[in-house]
Amino acid sequence: MMTAAGLLVLSGCGGGGDDASSSRPAESASKIKVGFSQIGAESDWRVAETASIKAEASSRGVDLRFSDAQGKKENQIRALRNFITQGVDAVILAPVDSTGWDPVLEEVKDAGIPVILVDRGIETTDDSLYNTLIASDFTEEGRMAGRWLAEKTGGDAKIIQLEGSPGADPAIERKNGFEEVVDQHDGMQIIASQTGDFNQEKGQEVMEALMQQYGDQVTAVYAHNDNMALGAIQAIKDAGRKPGEEILVISIDAVRSAFEAMQAGELNCTVECNPLLGPMAFDAVERILAGEEIEKQTVVQDQLFDREGITEEIVASRQY
Amino acid sequence: MTFAVFVVLFTAMTLAFEGFGTPLSSCYLLISYAHVGILAMGMTFVILSGGIDLSVGTVLAFTTVFIAKAVSVWGLSPWVAIPVALFLGAGFGGGMGFLIHQYKMPPFLVTLAGMFLARGLAFVVNIETISLSEHPFFRAVSSWKLYLAPASFTPRPFLKAEAIIFLVLVVFCLYLAHMRRFGRTVYAIGGSESSATLMGLKVARTKILVYAFSGFCAALAGVAFTFLNTAGKANMGIGWELDAIAAVVIGGTLLTGGSGYVLGTFLGVLIYGSIMTGVGDYSNLGSAGQRISIGVLLLLFILVQGLLPGAGKTRSS
Repeated sequence: MMTAAGLLVLSGCGGGGDDASSSRPAESASKIKVGFSQIGAESDWRVAETASIKAEASSRGVDLRFSDAQGKKENQIRALRNFITQGVDAVILAPVDSTGWDPVLEEVKDAGIPVILVDRGIETTDDSLYNTLIASDFTEEGRMAGRWLAEKTGGDAKIIQLEGSPGADPAIERKNGFEEVVDQHDGMQIIASQTGDFNQEKGQEVMEALMQQYGDQVTAVYAHNDNMALGAIQAIKDAGRKPGEEILVISIDAVRSAFEAMQAGELNCTVECNPLLGPMAFDAVERILAGEEIEKQTVVQDQLFDREGITEEIVASRQY
Repeated sequence: MTFAVFVVLFTAMTLAFEGFGTPLSSCYLLISYAHVGILAMGMTFVILSGGIDLSVGTVLAFTTVFIAKAVSVWGLSPWVAIPVALFLGAGFGGGMGFLIHQYKMPPFLVTLAGMFLARGLAFVVNIETISLSEHPFFRAVSSWKLYLAPASFTPRPFLKAEAIIFLVLVVFCLYLAHMRRFGRTVYAIGGSESSATLMGLKVARTKILVYAFSGFCAALAGVAFTFLNTAGKANMGIGWELDAIAAVVIGGTLLTGGSGYVLGTFLGVLIYGSIMTGVGDYSNLGSAGQRISIGVLLLLFILVQGLLPGAGKTRSS
């Protein structure tokens, strides 16, 4: 039948399975099998993270099973279960939100499979449900952005905040860190704060609406990620104003398009949030499978990039 | 026939993908798609009656956040919060059904408005996610397993609460559709509402009940979902009404109404779930490849179903 043929072709492309009857091949005889449950492909940062993990798996000879959840929590829960049935040796999880993971992580733990969280943490009643977390300190990223803005404006700014996806750790913490600094300066005030869901289209949409309401008051825009900032920049231009000059724009992630926007003078600064977590993630996998003790959390170091300091070499050296 | 299509799909995936088709992964299919299945059961009756219900995804979200808030913040017992939530879902659905029938408004528009209303109400109840992981009732139910084989059989298959709820609902819906006047009236309305009215069937009551039942199923799916994902989240369930409708249509029910089977929907849920699971978790395709494959497979299956002999068989009432 057409459908059966179609499916067999698909499995050929994907390199899905070799042996239908085995459930768990002997670990010593074959490659390490790792399941990676990724949130989706909603931003440049996310795509870079996926590429890094895939590249690292390939260079270490790891059999990687990749699942893109298209932004949906229930797909990630399902993916973890299907990693159990595929007999993976470890799971790498980038959680789309922070709550409700206990039931499925218990099943993964019962199956004896270690869990490495990347890029975001989770709330859980039982810490042993995951082995380690590899992520940036999002609160510090928010603080770095806040401090830069305070210095640049002398502590005087009317700010529009574009938040990340509701319930996501990065969004919550980047907001907290930034607002911590804002609270320390009387002249700094957040006049509006809405979610742009970490993507460019929504960021632009939301900014367009906010420009209508606050266009004459706003002096700075703080976006939780570069993609939303790019959307905001477009909205500001559409409203006939100059982003980067009349209205400062700052964001987080430091993806390539942010550097291009800085070169064009439209983005003022971006805080790096390194998505190239592949090496660290697989280091953790290997150490755990070798039975080593591992730190509960590894913090990825970030740095801030100011528009003034950008040179051609820096832009060329950006891997993502 | 839908069943043949399912068998071919399932067999092909089992052969192609290591780990697919085992007892455990089949159980996971039921568990992972229980909430879609519950939505689809209610949706079946609505579509059979010639209507549609776009609000079910957001009513599900409302239910999760309502229950989470009731139990964690207002201090109610789950044994109170859950029945209240189910009643609210049914009432909401019934309200929409009343508007649809009484004022002859298109179901699409009324339930679309209902969709936004329910989402808004969910945000009013609580904007942030409320975790249920600490609550003893939800911890217990969400980790409860019904093992289907002795411990010596590995990997050991099991079902969980949400899957049991789904299966019980399927049996109930079979009974409702084929052995109660309600079911027969639904088919009659879907076939021709004017004829049904002329025949003296209780059209008004049935139409309202159909939407009330769909609302009830949406709330029930919300309850089942709190066992899958122990949290109440107002922002959950975006687009799930489409998943439910897809399962119903794949199962052979016509969107025009009057034709289709509850069992068809059950198979539709399994087919839809298998496609999503096979492509999403087993095929190892990249982000683009997965989305393209799902689209292609869904199209193929609708086509194949239309071309098979015995397809489009209607149930005469």
